[in-house]
Amino acid sequence: MTDHGVIQLRDICFRYDRHEVLRHVDLTLEEGELVLVSGRTGVGKSTLLGVVTGLVPRFTGGVLTGDVLLDGESIVAQPPRERAHLVGYVGQDPLAGFVADTVEEELAYGMEQIGTPPETMRRRVEETLDLLGIADLRARDLRTLSGGQQQRVAIGSVLTTHPRVLVLDEPTSALDPTAAEDVLATITRLVHDLGLTVLLAEHRLERVVPFADRVCLVTGDGGIRTGPPHEVLADSPVVPPLVELGRLAGWEPLPLTVRDARRHARSLPVLTAPEPAPAPESEPLLTASGVTVVHGSTVAVREVALTLCAGRVTVLMGRNGSGKSSLIWALQGSGKRRSGTIDVAGDDPATLAPAQRRTHVGLVPQTAADLLYLETVADECAAADDGAHAASGTCRELLDRLAPGIDEATHPRDLSEGQRLALALSIVLTARPPVVLLDEPTRGLDYAGKAELARIVADLAADGRAVLLATHDVEFAAHVADEVVVMAEGEVVSSGPPRQVLAESPSFAPQVTKVLGPPWLVVEEVAAALAREGRR
Amino acid sequence: MTGSAPPLRALPRDLHPIAWWSWAIGLATAASLTTNPLLLLLVMGTATVVVMARRSGHPFGRSFRLYALLAAVTVVLRVVFRILFGGQEIGHVLVDLPEVPLPDWAAGVRLLGPITSEALLAGLYDGLRLGAIILCVGAANSLANPKRLLASVPPALYEVGTALVVAVTIFPQLADSARRVRAAQALRGGTTTRVGRLRRFLVPVLEDALERSLALAAGMDSRGYGRSGGATRRQRRVTGSLLLGALTGICVGTYAWLDPTAPRVLALPMLGAGVLVAVLGLVSAGRRVQRTRYRPDPWRAPELLTAGIGIAVAALGWYVSHTQVAVAYPGVEVAPYLSPLALVVGLLGIVPALATPVPATALSRMDAAQEATA
Repeated sequence: MTDHGVIQLRDICFRYDRHEVLRHVDLTLEEGELVLVSGRTGVGKSTLLGVVTGLVPRFTGGVLTGDVLLDGESIVAQPPRERAHLVGYVGQDPLAGFVADTVEEELAYGMEQIGTPPETMRRRVEETLDLLGIADLRARDLRTLSGGQQQRVAIGSVLTTHPRVLVLDEPTSALDPTAAEDVLATITRLVHDLGLTVLLAEHRLERVVPFADRVCLVTGDGGIRTGPPHEVLADSPVVPPLVELGRLAGWEPLPLTVRDARRHARSLPVLTAPEPAPAPESEPLLTASGVTVVHGSTVAVREVALTLCAGRVTVLMGRNGSGKSSLIWALQGSGKRRSGTIDVAGDDPATLAPAQRRTHVGLVPQTAADLLYLETVADECAAADDGAHAASGTCRELLDRLAPGIDEATHPRDLSEGQRLALALSIVLTARPPVVLLDEPTRGLDYAGKAELARIVADLAADGRAVLLATHDVEFAAHVADEVVVMAEGEVVSSGPPRQVLAESPSFAPQVTKVLGPPWLVVEEVAAALAREGRR
Repeated sequence: MTGSAPPLRALPRDLHPIAWWSWAIGLATAASLTTNPLLLLLVMGTATVVVMARRSGHPFGRSFRLYALLAAVTVVLRVVFRILFGGQEIGHVLVDLPEVPLPDWAAGVRLLGPITSEALLAGLYDGLRLGAIILCVGAANSLANPKRLLASVPPALYEVGTALVVAVTIFPQLADSARRVRAAQALRGGTTTRVGRLRRFLVPVLEDALERSLALAAGMDSRGYGRSGGATRRQRRVTGSLLLGALTGICVGTYAWLDPTAPRVLALPMLGAGVLVAVLGLVSAGRRVQRTRYRPDPWRAPELLTAGIGIAVAALGWYVSHTQVAVAYPGVEVAPYLSPLALVVGLLGIVPALATPVPATALSRMDAAQEATA
């Protein structure tokens, strides 16, 4: 059994109509290993996972050929439900997959389906509650849990059937750094203690790479490349900042953990630290003070004061549920505010009519798709021009600057995450608001998408707009922020330039800071310093 | 008396949902068999007391206020309709409103006209009866989690039960996404015509609902929902044809029973045969189901008592309505009164408020509140 692995994909080909996603893919997963599936957005990572769970092609359409073996037996003809006791699957949004009301019932659901005897069920639920450290949540309503807790319950609910393989699709994408660490620690423990085989897809490599035994890179031309992380990442198009730093400095083997990188870093020449750019004098465009938002009996935002200045990018960070979204909606004026004052160009946006409000403060919500409702990009742009009484073509022009080359006949649903975000942003910008708010824009973007977004945000600031964006992504924040505001329990706990706020916090420090210490934030700074060193 | 241990209080646990529903349906049946306002108010009070004492901590537990509001609106509407359409000359006129003349084609319908105390009272009694029934259903809903009720359907109906559970789960999420989309659409310009606005709102909400349903379906499937287990193709076919035959039989039988011109042999005998085949089909379907239940609700003395009280209230209510017509259906000219037996009908339903264990979830709600404040 050991020589053919737990799961074996043999000569897998998968295509939609004409588009070929996977071509002659062979992959073997050994018992008790964690394999990370990486690659750019839309190359077929989720497809590869779906082949193992059986959801592809049954829930996606398309043609699948080849064979999937589990412990040497072919399971490719079995639907997902018949594989439930062998393969456990947790999707991107755990809440969307929950069937029951409470944690305990959710854990038991899978076992009820496969007919586990009641005594065994009772025992396994208790074991799983302890294994994942969620015993105190057992009677809680699933919707009241935090994101990290939901993710752990979702993992627990597939573990109760004792599967051989666990398949996870972006388990940490919606989580704040600390919750993500919790979930990953849980997964690692399962791999080490129970010998579970884990197949995991993730965009945020900086979080997962240290835990991976092997990396499976989906190259985009239908093939995959598998190997130890430091080999595959040496020339992968998507790499965490740590590996980028290693490549830049020519470290061999590539560092995968901060510890490794620190050892290598001793060999670096003494670099002159980047001078913090002096904050340019700029006029405040939005001034808020004492903003308080209350939902029912919980205080979401408590007496927050905030100033957004022209040409400056402010990044809002904090745990899930720390009041970031509530604050953003209150600043825009659509969200209700209990007390406090907000001043944009002499007006309080909350007292304006929606059409006027849009010309003062623009907001792109967390789900950008909520803004879109028409069949083509061209229609959306035209509707936006009409609604803002702008010259026809204004929105399209903005879109071409943000994301060039989008075919105007495309359905907005067919755009990539990044393109859809750009479309929503250009619709909002058509009304020419001086202040732009973005709620979690980095969700679902890969490194290239984030670099693109960083450029867009920098452009907006260069145009003299004030930008506020909420994100969990510390690396992205380190790239774009002129100022960082960290919230907890609805209050601002720290704010200031990123070099101060990010570098000083253990959970929010970007990888480069962890390796080289403050004031370094991003790889580009190190590259520039190395180049200066070389010229000398 | 003997100085031994004090009487044990029942341990907190949720009562079987079927017990609560039998109790509530019993009360509703009794309410539907009378127009005596005193009796109806007693039944409503009884239901309210029990809900206050024994409702559980899950979200449905809070729905009782909604039903109370609905019941109040029903009563008011009945009275208002009597004023609007029920003008009559007979009786004691309270306010003499002029009648609005209507064209000939609306003959038989009166608009306004004199308001008599008799008409008002009749409307009030009628409204109270409907309100009491609504309140009883609301009581059952907030006492027993509807999902637990659906989970206790027989194994053969499991699929139907789960489909209903999914619908119940998706529904509150639909409200969430509607709120989200409404807020998001206010952030952009676009059409402001009525149809355009509706489209702006509906398209994203429906797309979202569809995506959520697909994600849920995929999630359920990958967790083993709908496993065929060991059933062979032949067994499945037999079950299918039995159920289909049963459905046909019941349909034909019901039609023939309601239509007096149809041959009698198609009526009750056909209906009976249909039901019999349906039972066979369900047994056959249930045999191939390999599912088990996690911590099923037990059926013990308090459940038996609660369900029994529901049946007793219904039976006594029926007895009162047939033997004491003056009590059950008081005229509008005389003040209504209660007989001792009617009093029993009104008050018997209160027993479960004391005789059943405290729901477990109500306790955990208090614990959660303490945690939150700590």
